[in-house]
Amino acid sequence: MGLRPMTGFSWDWSFAWSILPALLKGLAVTVQATLAGFLIAFVGGLALCLLRLARLPLLSPLAWFVIEFLRGTPFLVQLYFTFYVLPNYGIIFSPFITGTLALGIYGAARAAEFYRSALEAIPPGQWEAALTLKLPLSGVWFRIILPQMWPVALPMLGNLMIAMFKDTAVLSTITVLEMVAVAKDIGVQTFRYLEPLTMAGILFWCVSYLTARVIRTVEEKHAS
Amino acid sequence: MGAVAPYVPFLLGGVQVTLQITFAAIALAVPVAFILAFARMSPFRAMRWAGGFVIETFRGSSAVVQLFWAFYVLPLFGINLSPVAAGILVLGLNEGSYFSEVVRASLRSISAGQREATVALHLPRFFAFRSVILPQALPVMIPPFGNALVLMLKFSALVSLVTIQDLSFRAGLIATSLGTSGTVYGLVLCIYFALALMLAGAVMVLERRVNRWAGRDDTARSGFFTRRQSSVPPWAFGR
Amino acid sequence: MQAETAGARQSSTPAGILEMRGIRKEFDGRVVLDDVDLDLAAGEKLALIGPSGSGKTTVLRMAIGLTKPDAGLIRIEDKYLWHEQRDGRLVPAGEKHARVARRPVGMVFQQFNLFPHFTALENVREPMVQVLRLSRDEAGSRAMELLRKVGLSEHCHKRPGQLSGGQQQRVAIARSLGLEPKIMLFDEVTSALDPELVGEVLRVLRDLAHATDMAMLLVTHEMNFAADIADRVLMFDAGKIVESGPPSQVLVTPRMPRTRQFLRAVNDR
Ligand SMILES: Nc1ncnc2c1ncn2[C@@H]1O[C@H](COP(=O)(O)OP(=O)(O)OP(=O)(O)O)[C@@H](O)[C@H]1O
Ligand SMILES: [Mg+2]
Repeated sequence: MGLRPMTGFSWDWSFAWSILPALLKGLAVTVQATLAGFLIAFVGGLALCLLRLARLPLLSPLAWFVIEFLRGTPFLVQLYFTFYVLPNYGIIFSPFITGTLALGIYGAARAAEFYRSALEAIPPGQWEAALTLKLPLSGVWFRIILPQMWPVALPMLGNLMIAMFKDTAVLSTITVLEMVAVAKDIGVQTFRYLEPLTMAGILFWCVSYLTARVIRTVEEKHAS
Repeated sequence: MGAVAPYVPFLLGGVQVTLQITFAAIALAVPVAFILAFARMSPFRAMRWAGGFVIETFRGSSAVVQLFWAFYVLPLFGINLSPVAAGILVLGLNEGSYFSEVVRASLRSISAGQREATVALHLPRFFAFRSVILPQALPVMIPPFGNALVLMLKFSALVSLVTIQDLSFRAGLIATSLGTSGTVYGLVLCIYFALALMLAGAVMVLERRVNRWAGRDDTARSGFFTRRQSSVPPWAFGR
Repeated sequence: MQAETAGARQSSTPAGILEMRGIRKEFDGRVVLDDVDLDLAAGEKLALIGPSGSGKTTVLRMAIGLTKPDAGLIRIEDKYLWHEQRDGRLVPAGEKHARVARRPVGMVFQQFNLFPHFTALENVREPMVQVLRLSRDEAGSRAMELLRKVGLSEHCHKRPGQLSGGQQQRVAIARSLGLEPKIMLFDEVTSALDPELVGEVLRVLRDLAHATDMAMLLVTHEMNFAADIADRVLMFDAGKIVESGPPSQVLVTPRMPRTRQFLRAVNDR
């Protein structure tokens, strides 16, 4: 385990105050990665889900496999894989972009399952009713099915966004300077871990708590 | 691929560590989940509050931060956990906090009528819980438990960040020494996926046994292998 | 009033086995029971009738401690359900005391509430093992005897899911009887049944009523049945007892307009 510095028993407010700006800057990176990654998950998840349900030869089983594979393996290793393999094919992104991409792809697989369960929650009778209305296919989807899917899918996607927000901490392992990386760097440089790690934890908590509250409020408004 | 072959035994050692951590952490998470669920359903306000506090603390912030906190900060308070203990503790408490909601929902899904029948029959409380409520609630918990187990497997990769030589950590070591990261990480992803499938299969077996114990018909509904027919008709995609 | 009930207990005149005094209950600010007094003598068969929502179920639930009154006293044999006597005074008591006090009471629910993972036999046997502390063998043979009485011995190894509603309700009756209650509460035990299954359950109840000296408190909408087995009928309306008397009076020549109106509505069904 090596030597452990024995400083930092007690909380030092002035030190905490001095590192807050750096942590907040890290938090900004965290939030950017979350939002960009979520956008990928939101769109990519729907595409993966529809592909999986469409019963196309080859493509649907492939979509199914991709979803299950990504959902069955750790994000950390997926991230390493993306980070170290892409350059082999001459694709060179910044760590931030690589990390966000990996986060978004992992999120897309999870979102695909949420979309699927929301679609399958629609009673089969709705499809049959749509058939008897003789609507065009686009009308069936946009006027009947999707409006019933969103209320079920959106809360799950909201929770996914919060989960992705917490997953961004893993990006610190590929040198993305998000909040946890910043906190750890401060610890390494100053030998004080108590304040930066505790503050990072609390900041994480605040943002995810607030987001959860916002989601719940929106949900309740929709319900009424 | 060939270059990796000599390292396969080393990787398999990592598989063992990964599985040990996964099982130890889930073995911690399940009792934690029950305790937290009971606390949240307690008639005492202080208990409900304490349970809610623990759950919100662990669910609200990132597991990575919690892991680093246990690794770097706890020793400052004189609590010197080995990395393995810290990893198991954080993973177990974290997943236990999530799973407590499943436990609570399953217990609540038992109808009020069943509970009232145990009262009207003057059944001792422990018997009522152990033999009436739990057998009905447990089968409801098993499919989410399967998810939690696979989640824990994935979660366990994080302990490589605090120097535990699990599968992910060893992948990193081999990748550095060989310089062929792509193959190594690809292989390791496949190993994780295979492990996830195995765990999902094991949970299906478990579900059958629990259903039989609880006196239900013993068809499993959990897991990767049960293929249900989609309710979305083929013509929805223009065919 | 306390002195009066305490005195009644010590006097040689047989006190009621169940007594409710001044029972009041509100749900969400709505008064559901309003100053209800109810007495049940040992061995008496008392039928409760009245329109939906008048508070009949609530009275039954109170008698077994599933619902706690906002005000009033409930006495079962010589114990008060939510009070205990200390220095000759009644002081509020908790759940623990209530668990002991309500022990002589049994209840059969409208929805049966059988334990779905137990067989019919286990449903009857296990409470006997747990509560009467009988051996499994002893409890098992008594349970079989009870199931035979309700006509279900050949179905004893089936689970509730494999039984019809009427059969389930008969198992539920046997299950309650197994604990040898002195007071049995029946809450519309035939209301959840298909019409053709009502008869078999009523027959069991009728036989029971005529054969035992157990006190019975029944909520029912079957007026003929009430007339047949009840010693006394109570008419409930809006949380109050509006009329009380023998079935020949309350059900045939009711005094109160409210009772007349209710009976006409029931007969028109
Ligand atoms: N747990 C409760 N919470 C709120 N209101 C309740 C509750 N239990 C009963 N009530 C209300 O109390 C009133 C009386 O209910 P109760 O079940 O005793 O009526 P009842 O005479 O048994 O009617 P029914 O013939 O329909 O069974 C009803 O208006 C009911 O809505
Ligand atoms: Mg009722």
